[in-house]
Amino acid sequence: MSRTDTVTYDSPDTRNLLDHTRQGVIGKPLDRPEGPLKVSGSATYSAEWKFDDCAEGVLVLATIAQGTVQRLHKQRVLDMPGVLAVLADEAMTRRSTQGTAGEAPVQGVHTVDYFAQPIALVVAETFEQARDAALALEVDYVESKSPIALDPESPDAEVEDPDNSETVEGGDLEKAMHDAAFAIDVEYRTPGHASAAMEPHATIAQWHGDRLELHGSYQMLAYNVKEIADCLSIDPEKVRIIAPYVGGGFGSKLGITHEAVAAAIAARQLKRPVRVVMSRQQVFETVMRRSETRQRVRLASDASGKLIGLGHEALVSNLPDEEFAEPVTQATEFLYGGENRLLKVEVARISRMTAGSVRAPGEAVGMQVLEAAMDELAEAVDIDPVELRKRNLPAKVPVEGTAYSSRMLVEALDQGAEAFGWDQRRPRPCQTREGDWWIGMGMASAARVNMLVPAEARVTLKADGAALVETDQTDIGTGSYAILGQIAGEMLGLPIDRVNVVLGDTSLPAGAGSGGSFGAISTGSAVMRACEAIRTTLSEALGCDTDALDLKDGTATSGDLSQSLSDLLGGNDIVETGKIEPGKTAEDFSQASYGAFFAEVAVHAFTGETRVRRMTGAFGFGRVLNAKTARSQCLGGMVWGIGSALTEELAFDLRDGHLVNHDLAEYHVPVHADVPAIEVILLEERDAAASPLQAKGVGELGICGAAGAITNAIYNACGARLRNFPMTLDKVIPHLPDPFAEVA
Amino acid sequence: MKSFTLDHATDTDSALSALRGGATTIAGGTNLVDLMKLQVETPDRLVSIRRTGLDTIVEDQDGLRVGALVTNADCAADQRVRTSWPLLAKAILAGASPQLRNRATTGGNLCQRTRCGYFYDTSQACNKREPGSGCAARDGFNRIHAVLGTSEACIATYPGDMAVAMLALDAVVLTQGPNGAREIPIAEFHRMPGEDPSRDNTLKPGELITAVRLPAPTGGVQIYRKVRDRASYAFALVSVAADVSMEGGRIARCSLAFGSLGTVPWRDRAVEELLVGETPSPALYTKAADLLLKDARGFGHNDFKIPLAARALAATLHEATQG
Amino acid sequence: MALPMSRASVNGTDHALPADPRRTLLDWLREDLGLTGTKKGCDHGQCGACTVLVDGRRINSCLSLAQLHDGDTIETIESIGSADNLSPLQKAFVTHDGFQCGYCTPGQICSAKAMMQELSEGWASAVSDDVTAAPDITREELRERMSGNLCRCGAYSNIIAALEEVLADAASERADA
Repeated sequence: MSRTDTVTYDSPDTRNLLDHTRQGVIGKPLDRPEGPLKVSGSATYSAEWKFDDCAEGVLVLATIAQGTVQRLHKQRVLDMPGVLAVLADEAMTRRSTQGTAGEAPVQGVHTVDYFAQPIALVVAETFEQARDAALALEVDYVESKSPIALDPESPDAEVEDPDNSETVEGGDLEKAMHDAAFAIDVEYRTPGHASAAMEPHATIAQWHGDRLELHGSYQMLAYNVKEIADCLSIDPEKVRIIAPYVGGGFGSKLGITHEAVAAAIAARQLKRPVRVVMSRQQVFETVMRRSETRQRVRLASDASGKLIGLGHEALVSNLPDEEFAEPVTQATEFLYGGENRLLKVEVARISRMTAGSVRAPGEAVGMQVLEAAMDELAEAVDIDPVELRKRNLPAKVPVEGTAYSSRMLVEALDQGAEAFGWDQRRPRPCQTREGDWWIGMGMASAARVNMLVPAEARVTLKADGAALVETDQTDIGTGSYAILGQIAGEMLGLPIDRVNVVLGDTSLPAGAGSGGSFGAISTGSAVMRACEAIRTTLSEALGCDTDALDLKDGTATSGDLSQSLSDLLGGNDIVETGKIEPGKTAEDFSQASYGAFFAEVAVHAFTGETRVRRMTGAFGFGRVLNAKTARSQCLGGMVWGIGSALTEELAFDLRDGHLVNHDLAEYHVPVHADVPAIEVILLEERDAAASPLQAKGVGELGICGAAGAITNAIYNACGARLRNFPMTLDKVIPHLPDPFAEVA
Repeated sequence: MKSFTLDHATDTDSALSALRGGATTIAGGTNLVDLMKLQVETPDRLVSIRRTGLDTIVEDQDGLRVGALVTNADCAADQRVRTSWPLLAKAILAGASPQLRNRATTGGNLCQRTRCGYFYDTSQACNKREPGSGCAARDGFNRIHAVLGTSEACIATYPGDMAVAMLALDAVVLTQGPNGAREIPIAEFHRMPGEDPSRDNTLKPGELITAVRLPAPTGGVQIYRKVRDRASYAFALVSVAADVSMEGGRIARCSLAFGSLGTVPWRDRAVEELLVGETPSPALYTKAADLLLKDARGFGHNDFKIPLAARALAATLHEATQG
Repeated sequence: MALPMSRASVNGTDHALPADPRRTLLDWLREDLGLTGTKKGCDHGQCGACTVLVDGRRINSCLSLAQLHDGDTIETIESIGSADNLSPLQKAFVTHDGFQCGYCTPGQICSAKAMMQELSEGWASAVSDDVTAAPDITREELRERMSGNLCRCGAYSNIIAALEEVLADAASERADA
């Protein structure tokens, strides 16, 4: 028997059930259950499934930015050894799919929208043959006679108000700036970023009659099924995606990308499995980018540093007709006070690969700029940067008037400062020199919106008293396997080794998918809901109220009643499907995860090289579901902050629109040597408005502001106030004091 | 990667014979395979020289002879190198990653090709890759490019570290060719692009690097300063190799070589002459930098290399002379 | 000049090398031998996911043509320990959460194994104060020596913690012996 128990989350679940269950596994820093597979190389990633007779496809990318493909010289390529097909099907995708689109992106590879857009797929018996043949394909193009701009800041670029973000206006910002005791009006820039997940995008497609089976690397399978089906004009019921292990995503695998559709089309035509793995260069050039931003921040404060006005306006970019625009001001809306405000995002339409959600879209770049500007204000007001933040936390969200569900920002600021030793900071720049290095400290707030999204999961309590959790939720490194097992173990009173979690297969109920930090809380809420239904059945069997049921170590107890689960189940399984839908809590409360970053950097007095010496992050994100994986998420985010502050930048050639640094040698993600000891403090919090788990998202919080702390530390170290990320040494050098001068 | 045949030379003679037949040598392959995958290099014939026995390090009265096939890792781990030519060990260790250094060879590393993004991308014009096609880097994204020794045709740098140290150490490249053995001072090994950037070095057709000879150690203070965007596993923006001896508070002898600054590993004897006999001071460093960079020319994104080189030189001289 | 016998030992088993000279060691291991524990992250020697040990030394298998490995002894992650019989190094990665998505992990572990051998042989690194001396095993040294292995999830500090534990255990075992 299986039922679906659906809950629309309209009011906060303040029962805090997980505080009353007794198994004691929730929140514990348990190892990832899939860890042994991953460390032994036996977890199977997308390109690693073996199928007899699998052909190999390699995408061919355009070498113009805008125009049409006039002719593909196929014959010479078809004559090459092992080549099976050259495909340029109009169902192939021209752009990547935005997260949660659930429908096809722009299709048709005859038209070229941007440099390095896929225009064909070459399929051969072996990878080596296909790779050679793909490079041998000659293409005739007709370049567009009315090309759009390549540079978002070019006067030729058409600028629009985006569909996905609304301007926030309140009071009179101009007047506030005029009246302010201190006014900061600054312009910052952040470059484009790449997700650069370690596993390149890959799909193996095969058809079983009219049913399509894909082994692929995707983040949100339930949506991905619909996207593929829409591309191929088939029933989504006919598509199955299998993705138990995904080698990182960071947004780049939210929606389906080019290789998936191309593989499916090729497999259908050739009547055999086809694998398409993108090269690292192709992943960089054609999958997805975080938009570059130009941000104007205006801060108007009274003499005490209290904000009376706040402006945050951003120019971002995307291809024409894309709904997504980097929501730069997302956290600015609720983080600080200042009733006179203008928050606005504009999008320039340019020819450059699709801009989409890269880890923490909006806050990742919006927070680092806002927090750098706040440092400028703290200096102007001459108060401690931590104190400035504390003075500006409103009781309700400005303009909207919404209440906060919970906010641990003050605690994060205080505990982070204490652990870091913030009181050792010298407020003026250029005060501490160790050998050839200037030393400085900086801080920033962290904030990231919280989202609950629809999710489903099935939990089976087996007759032998073991549990099985099943959902198509993915684990892209986020800890889903561990967390979902802990929720089920806690709710059903089972030791963790009695819970098996099966993920990443669309034949299972549709989880939330991995994105927007919502995977664990949404799918986890569905698991919890299914377990509650099982608890109801068990309490009926035991003969007690559900509220009085106590489950621990496989035994059900209530007062004097006590029975082992296997006895209670009497040889039967209990199967329940739990489903959560977002409801009124999403509108009634401003929900966000909060935190604070503290960084110490060294800036070389001669060369301007910056090295982060240590970092502390303190974070409050509701209930901690697994202290180990949550900590790792925070760590990872802070490493992204280091990259964003110091090294990461997509460099486009504005003459032809091509990406110059399209590999991991020239697009500099941080390496081991760039990453110091990082301290993570997890604050205990319950946020009942956020989810029935009282948990909020943590997957992206660690990046949201981290680069600001580093930037502020650079200024504190050497006096270089830089407003153009990343803070590479070429930008630092002009601001450096004479390296031979005595320290003031 | 285009199709090719792969033969295995068992000694220098069989390698030379294959070279005469038009083969391209492959040793570690860390650069060549990279470029072949992108079809920047498209050899029809490869000859592996891995089993030619050129993988020993021998010390004699002339100095140290490092075989062409000695890996970067083995060279840097060699106690003689570490003790007497620490500059070389330091430069090698500053380059690439441990995995790459375990495979990359002495000869191969000398022949490492540029990291210019336009050279690496067959959709772009590049005179080095395709003579006559133009140089897209000049007006392009040229942050990593050269400010010295450039030409209308090419502004690409030699990207490596090892050769920069060897240049400061007055190494000699030993070759075998159709006309017998040849000794090429390393200062004459890499060639500036001029009108023909397609040839990176002065090796002749059919010529094989057999070893590099390091002259007897100088006993000076040896420093390799590599300035780069990441703390590790990144190519230099500028590097400085220095071998400096002091006497009575004055610079008695110094050799200086610079990486990723010019189109070739860069050495300017006039700068060294200016420094010798002088008492170190910030003003002296500035004079030396001004001389070094008097003909330097940036192309936009790489303009910063000019002040950076001056600063890296000052830091290096300061460190070398304050010991 | 083609060698009569073109074979290599992989994890203790002798195998004929592939016929296509274009096939890299990485693709040979993954596609022909089914040893998919070795990962392809960039295929250009820029990430370290493909790290394997050849004659005890770590290399990027993506940049090495398989046919150049005649007579070589190759070890991959599969030889270090299986899921139900993990080596101490692998266990430490699990305990310290030295991975998230897991894709760079086999490369990190193979690299770490070889790094420990390099340390025991006294190899210096770019951050060693004195290249003539045996290295001190500091965090800075470990970070520099592991920098050929990228981890985009950012598990770096957990990886270093795992390595410190394994190195400390090895040192105390030596002290006990």
